[in-house]
Amino acid sequence: MSEITETSAGAKAGQQAGASWRFLKNHLREYGILFALIAIMAFFQIATGGILLKPINLTNLVLQNSYIVIMAIGMLLVIVAGHIDLSVGSVLGFIGALAAVMIVNWGMPYLLAGALCLVAGALIGAAQGFWIAYFRIPSFIVTLAGMLVFKGLTLWLLAGQSVGPFPPQFQLISSGFVPDFLNMAGFNLFSFLIAFAVAAGLSWMAIRNRAAQARTGTPEEPFAFFIFKTLLIFGGITYLGFLMAGFRGLPNVFIVMALLIAVYSFVTNRTTTGRRLYAIGGNEKAAMLSGINSKRLTFLTFANMGMLAALAGLVFAARLNTATPKAGAAFELDVIAAVFIGGASMAGGVGTVVGAVIGAFIMGVMNNGMSILGIGIDYQQVIKGLVLLAAVIFDVMNKKKG
Amino acid sequence: MATILEMRRITKEFPGVKALDDVSLKVEEGEIHALVGENGAGKSTLMKVLSGVYPHGSYTGDIVYDGAVQQFGSIRDSEDRGIIIIHQELALIPLLSVAENIFLGNERSRGGVIDWRETERRAADLLARVGLKENPKTPVADLGLGKQQLVEIAKALSKDVRLLILDEPTSSLNEQDSEQLLQLMMEFRKQGVTSILISHKLNEISRVADTITVIRDGAAVSRLDCRDGISEDDIIRDMVGRSLDDRYPPRVDHGTGVRAMEVANWTVHHPIDSDRTVVKDVSFHVNKGEVLGIAGLMGAGRTELAMSLFGRSYGANISGTARINGQVADLSNVRAAINAGLAYATEDRKTYGLVLDQTIRRNVPLANLKAVANGVVVNTKREAEVADTYRDRLNIKSSSIEQETINLSGGNQQKVVLSKWLFADPDILILDEPCRGIDVGAKFEIYTVIRELAAQGKAVIVISSEMPELLGITDRLYVMNEGRFVGEMPTSEATQEKIMARIIKAGESII
Repeated sequence: MSEITETSAGAKAGQQAGASWRFLKNHLREYGILFALIAIMAFFQIATGGILLKPINLTNLVLQNSYIVIMAIGMLLVIVAGHIDLSVGSVLGFIGALAAVMIVNWGMPYLLAGALCLVAGALIGAAQGFWIAYFRIPSFIVTLAGMLVFKGLTLWLLAGQSVGPFPPQFQLISSGFVPDFLNMAGFNLFSFLIAFAVAAGLSWMAIRNRAAQARTGTPEEPFAFFIFKTLLIFGGITYLGFLMAGFRGLPNVFIVMALLIAVYSFVTNRTTTGRRLYAIGGNEKAAMLSGINSKRLTFLTFANMGMLAALAGLVFAARLNTATPKAGAAFELDVIAAVFIGGASMAGGVGTVVGAVIGAFIMGVMNNGMSILGIGIDYQQVIKGLVLLAAVIFDVMNKKKG
Repeated sequence: MATILEMRRITKEFPGVKALDDVSLKVEEGEIHALVGENGAGKSTLMKVLSGVYPHGSYTGDIVYDGAVQQFGSIRDSEDRGIIIIHQELALIPLLSVAENIFLGNERSRGGVIDWRETERRAADLLARVGLKENPKTPVADLGLGKQQLVEIAKALSKDVRLLILDEPTSSLNEQDSEQLLQLMMEFRKQGVTSILISHKLNEISRVADTITVIRDGAAVSRLDCRDGISEDDIIRDMVGRSLDDRYPPRVDHGTGVRAMEVANWTVHHPIDSDRTVVKDVSFHVNKGEVLGIAGLMGAGRTELAMSLFGRSYGANISGTARINGQVADLSNVRAAINAGLAYATEDRKTYGLVLDQTIRRNVPLANLKAVANGVVVNTKREAEVADTYRDRLNIKSSSIEQETINLSGGNQQKVVLSKWLFADPDILILDEPCRGIDVGAKFEIYTVIRELAAQGKAVIVISSEMPELLGITDRLYVMNEGRFVGEMPTSEATQEKIMARIIKAGESII
């Protein structure tokens, strides 16, 4: 801000644009993924003749991907720690089945059943994490075993049948919307205000962060780039909020997702636990010799993954309004793909929560857009596979260059 | 006698370091030629040049072998001419059989199909030549180290070896196996095979070698003919004979005589092979304000001693007591050791010291995260201040604290590791090879920090294989050899010859 002094405004703007462009080129890894999502959305918005961003479709997009996003957050931590969890799809299915049995068959109150399911998920994750952390059994093997075990247990629990329907209150987790306390016809003003508040809050935090950077040293991002990025995020969230407010408002599950993203971003970026997690993923030996208890942290990471998979299981069961033996099949692959598209490294120590969420939405938007365009499931798989490969190749090449 | 090998004026540079400076080596046909020198003197580099690990063009000078100038582009080229090198770390594949290992990459086959009968018959012949009575079908993992060494030699023989290079072949062998190996070398000499032996064990060398070349600081300093009668003292003098100039900060005695740490009867076993004792009944103490050195050759057990003290990061069946400030200290895990006031800066900074993909800012507070956090929330401002403070104090050359440590030079990486431990504010700081592979300027800066810490009343333990370094910065020295402490002396009375003599005498008393 104080930079604008002697040079003429025009020349300054030119310089700023140049600096921004150079900065972007050097930091493609961090920002490329966000611009990729925007580009993909723009492409499908045009290709589908505007259907993609229709309020009803947008709402659907969020609902369809909520469980993937929730699990991607947990998977990000697992992958940052240098591991993998292949069992999440099966755990999702198993917890859905467990919820159905408890609520539908036994008539248990849905809140109690939901809480028990989360505990069960955490225990499942802990049981797998125990072998991985304390006995050093490779996570690939342990969770591959877990995947088979819980797939089988789901079948057993449901006796091969679908169980449902759930009581209406339970369904609200995924099919409910934030009620409009402000009673405006045709527009959920309250939802819009939430979205606006989130956008304003994020921008304010970004500005404060930059001001702090300016005090301690030189800010990393050029000024013009910072303004552009902040406006883009502010505008994007406000606009999407506006669109969804025009349909039925923000889905409940959207609020859950937003809270999880906020909490886990904070944990990974700003807490000692987060620092330690990245350290054990980056170099476990060095971290252990720095007094970090990597075993306990790995164990807790898997317990957390199990709990989030259970939450996703509840959301998914509520959305289908039934628990089926096939629920969750191959979800783990979408979740893992989302995390890697979002810039995490197979070797561990690298990746962000926001990146993983954006990765999940890239997959989601492509699924959704291609379905609207009537592209067959066969081609969809091929295209998604190639996008995953391209994203990781891009990441690796970029790292080599940098 | 004909000259089989002459390496003329070999110079090999790595970025920033001249590893070999105009070294010449002459080996006669059919002799045992010993190559001696301190760790890092350039012996291994010279052998890597010879065997083509560093291909022709990456060094200057000529290799004349068998009467012609050679231009080896790879190990394969030198092996084709009968030059075989056996490294300190054996290159055998544990789960394959002896016969499979001997012919690995050189399989006895017909049209791509392995001829097992031929393989085993020839393997048995070769094993007989090296005096190893084992079934060729035995997996290598079932053999002891001495026998594995013999399998390596059998493998060399299978390639029609003319010049056999052994890099510290006996360093991990017991007395009996060493003796057998030396006998074998003398047997080869009778058969006309030329050998180059790299070794620290001067008693072995004076027994078997015909000629000795001494290398020091990347230059060949002398060529001794053993037939003239050479004493071990002559060899030692040539090995270490360099003067100490002002490469070290002035030493001011801050010793208080108050014991910071006292270790008694510390014994550590190998983590996998728990019958092997790596540290044997070691007792020592370090005072506040003192810089203590631990001298010894590689593999003496110094790192193992330090890491076993530091939260049992190494070893099994650890016994003994450690007192810090008079109290028995809980060193059962790394966190407890740090809390007890101990810190250990590793010799291998890339593997054990740094999270390389992360920035200086992230690495510096890693051992003391609580000090930059309010509860569990990291105070990023304080974190940055801490990183900046140490970046200035230790003069870490970098664009900013946001630079990833993988992009720093070795010396600056070492300073980041040191920063991490200084920030943890220990009472006793163990520095393992703190100046390995870094330039002279950075060395001086690190020595200065070490002396400053002593001035503040901290106890500093320096482990180093470079004797001049120990003589330059420590107040008192222990000498370690084969897991034992074999000598203690004030640095003011120590010389390199004295230290070397302690190591060698200790070796002799065991053999």
